[in-house]
Amino acid sequence: MVYHDVIIVGGGLAGLRAAVGLCDTYDVALLSKVHPIRSHSIAAQGGINAALGNNPEGKDDTWEKHTFDTIKGSDYLADQDAVELMCKEAINVVYEMEHWGCPFSRFPEGTIAQRPFGGAGFPRTCFSADLTGHVLLNTLYERAVAKGVHIYPEQVVTALAVEGGACHGVVAIDQVRGDIVPILAKATLFATGGYGRIYYHSTNALINNGSGIGTAYAAGVPMKDMEFVQFHPTTLLGTNILISEACRGEGGCLFNNKGERFMERYVPKAMELAPRDIVSRSIQTEIESGRAFENELGRYVHLDLRHLGEKQILERLPGIRRICIDFAGIDPVHEPIPVMPCQHYSMGGIDTNLRGETVVEGFYAAGECACVSVHGANRLGGNSLLDTIVFGKVCSGSIDRFLRESRPTPSEKAVERRKEETERKIRRLSAEGSERPAQVLEDLRKTMDAYVGIFRTRGELEEGLRRVLEIRERYSRVRVSSPAIHMNYELINALELESMIDVAHATTLGALLREESRGAHFRRDFTQRNDRDWLRHTLAARDSATGELSISYRKPTITRYQPMERTY
Amino acid sequence: MKNDLYTFKVLRYDAREQERKPYFASYRIRPLPGMTVLTALMRIRDELDGTLAFRSSCRAATCGSCAMVMNGKLDLACRTQVASLGSRTITVEPLPNLEILKDLVVDLTPFWTMYERVKPYLVRRSPDPEKEILQSEDERKRIDQYVNCILCACCYGACEVLRREPDYMGPAALAKLQRFVLDSRDERAEAFLESVNDSRGVWGCDTLLRCIDACPKDVRPTDGIEALRRRLVKDKLKRIFRMNGRED
Repeated sequence: MVYHDVIIVGGGLAGLRAAVGLCDTYDVALLSKVHPIRSHSIAAQGGINAALGNNPEGKDDTWEKHTFDTIKGSDYLADQDAVELMCKEAINVVYEMEHWGCPFSRFPEGTIAQRPFGGAGFPRTCFSADLTGHVLLNTLYERAVAKGVHIYPEQVVTALAVEGGACHGVVAIDQVRGDIVPILAKATLFATGGYGRIYYHSTNALINNGSGIGTAYAAGVPMKDMEFVQFHPTTLLGTNILISEACRGEGGCLFNNKGERFMERYVPKAMELAPRDIVSRSIQTEIESGRAFENELGRYVHLDLRHLGEKQILERLPGIRRICIDFAGIDPVHEPIPVMPCQHYSMGGIDTNLRGETVVEGFYAAGECACVSVHGANRLGGNSLLDTIVFGKVCSGSIDRFLRESRPTPSEKAVERRKEETERKIRRLSAEGSERPAQVLEDLRKTMDAYVGIFRTRGELEEGLRRVLEIRERYSRVRVSSPAIHMNYELINALELESMIDVAHATTLGALLREESRGAHFRRDFTQRNDRDWLRHTLAARDSATGELSISYRKPTITRYQPMERTY
Repeated sequence: MKNDLYTFKVLRYDAREQERKPYFASYRIRPLPGMTVLTALMRIRDELDGTLAFRSSCRAATCGSCAMVMNGKLDLACRTQVASLGSRTITVEPLPNLEILKDLVVDLTPFWTMYERVKPYLVRRSPDPEKEILQSEDERKRIDQYVNCILCACCYGACEVLRREPDYMGPAALAKLQRFVLDSRDERAEAFLESVNDSRGVWGCDTLLRCIDACPKDVRPTDGIEALRRRLVKDKLKRIFRMNGRED
C-alpha cells in the first residue's frame, strides 16, 4: 500500500503552508483535487491583516488591537486564545511571505502597503492591488517547488480512515490514472476549503463544496458552528463574482435606486466599512423595501467607484475593473457596479482546537474547512488569508510534535476497508437510480438560498430542513452515466454530493436550533444576541450508533475580552 | 424554435481508449442571458452527457483551469460569452501543443516541467531582515504584468514554436523567469541566465506575438523574452570587454 508520513489534502494556502513546514523532515504527500495553483485561495482579492503599523494612520496599531477587532467582529463567539495566537503570528507570517517573494503593494518608503478594511480600528490590511490571494498562493506554490514538495494533483479524497479513535490515512480517486488508491499515513491534514457551494448564489469556486468537511464528519469528526455562513455584501449581479471589500476600503460608496447613500440609515459612523454581516443585511433590507434596481438578472444596488478616478482604480483595483468588463460589460471608471449580497465564506467547519487538532488522533484541519474558531459568528475581511497561512503553519508544528512524541501505527486494513466502501458507493451510483446528480444538487442549493439565507425565521428553517432531508432521501436514487474512474467529473460530483447534503443538514439544523441573532446568523424571530443561552459553539456529530446527526454545544474560550454590545 | 438553439461541437477523445479516434460530438442547447462557454459546457454535462470532461473551478478568470479553443480562439471558457463568438455553431477544442487526457482535459505536465526549470521562486543570498525587504513602488510596478500571469497555459497552446519544437520552454516559463530577474529582491547568480541562453530558451522565440494575443490577463511574455535576450547580450559584451581589458 502507498505510504507517506503525512498526507495533506488540499493545495491552497493552508495545505501548502503546512507542506512547506514539514517537507524537510518527513515524507509528505500533498493531494489536491485540482492543481494547487487553481485552488480557491487564488481568488481572494482584498488583503491579509497584520498589525505592521506601516500606514501613517496606523502607527499605533498592535496585534492586541487586531485581536480585539477580530473578537468583536466575531460577535464574541471566537475562541479568544486562538484569535490572540493568530493576530500575534500575523506579523511573522506576512514578513515570511514577503521574504519568500510575495510582491505586496508598497508605500513610498518601500514598506508593505496597508489599507483600511471593514470592522478594523486601523488600516492594517496588507495587499497586492486587488489580487492578494493570487500573489500569496503563487508565492507559497513557488516555495513548495523550491523545496521539492511532492504534489499529487487531481486526486479526490473520498474517505478518511478512522478506527479506534486514530486516523490511518485516506482513500483517493486518482483522476489522471483512473485508480482508487488507498494511502496509509501517520498524520493527515485536511485543508479542503469551505462549503459555499451548498448555496446557489455564491462567490466561491465550483470546487468549494464542503466535501472535505463532510468526509471528516462521516468518519466521526464533528462539524462546528455550521450555521454561521458569511454573505458578502458586494458580488457582481449575474455571476456573483466577488467585488472586493477593497472597493469600499479605497472609498467606494453604495447607492439605492433613489440615489441615497443608504448606509447612513444603518451605520452612520462606519458607513460602507461596517462589517460584512451588517452591510449585507442593510443591502438586503433595501432590496426587500423596494429601493433596489432590478433587471432580468435580479435585484441589486450600485457600488460606485467613479469618484476615485481612473488612476486610483487602475492602480489599486485593476482586477475588479477587469472582472466588471469581462463579466458585466461595464467599466467602473465610468459606471457604477451592480452588486447584490450572496454566500461568500464558511465560518463553520471541522471542529479543531487552536493547534489544529481534532478529536481523532493524527487528524488535523486548517483553513476554511476548519473551525478553530477564530472568526466566530462573523469573519472580518482580511482575516481569511491570514487564518489559512497561520493555521497551516501551526498544523505543521503540531504534526511535527505528534510524529516526534507519539508512535502512531496506522493500519492498512482500516484504509483497505474504506477503499472497499468507496468502490461500493461507485458501484451503487453507476448501477441503478432515476435521479440526475446535477438536478439533486441544484435543488439542494436553491433550498439553502431560499430558506437558510441572510434573514432567517423558524418557519423557513423548518421548511428548509424538511427539504434537505427529502433531498437526502433522493440521493439514494442518484445515478451517474458511467462507472469510469478516469476524469469522470460527474462521478466525483455525485460522490461529493453526499457530503454536501450532510453539510447542508448541519447548517440548517444548527440555524433552526439557534434562537438568537449573532454575527452572520440573523433570526427575524429572535433579533437579539442572547449570551446567557447561546454564547456557545454548535457541534454537529454523527451518532456512531444511529448514524444520525446529533447536536451538542460548547462554551467558547474567553481570555481578556468580556462580551459587549457590538456597535460600529 | 430550433433556430434559437446553439449547437456546440465538442471534441471528444479518451486517451485510455486509443482505438477510438478523436471526434466531434454535437450538443444543442438553449441560450440564456450572459451564458459563457463554461456555463454552456456545464449544462451539457449536467443535462445532456455526463461523460463530458473539462476542467473548471473559479469561473471568474482567476484560477486558469478552463483554457481551451473556442471557434478557433484561445481563451478561458469562463470569460468567453457565447454571444460574443457571433455564431450559432460553436466548436470547442482542447488546448493545442499538449496531449489530450480526455475530451477538453490536456496533460499539462510539460508546461509545469518548463515552469519548474526556470527556478520560479525568489532566490536570496542575503540574510532576511527582521521586517520586510524594502522595495520601492516603482520597483514593484516593474514586475506587475508578469505577476499577473495565472499559468492558464493559453500562451503555451498558442505558441507556434512549440508546435514544431516541443523542447522549447515556452512563453509562460520565460515570462516567469523575467518576473524574478526583474524583482529588486532577487539575488540569483547572473550565470543562471545561461540555462535559457539557447534555442530551447530565449532564442527559440519567433516573436510572432501569438502568446500576447492569447493571454487573458494582458501579460506580454514576449516583452520578458526580449528583455532576457538583451540582458544576455549585454552580459556577453561585458565579459568580452572585461577580457579585452585584461589583455591590455
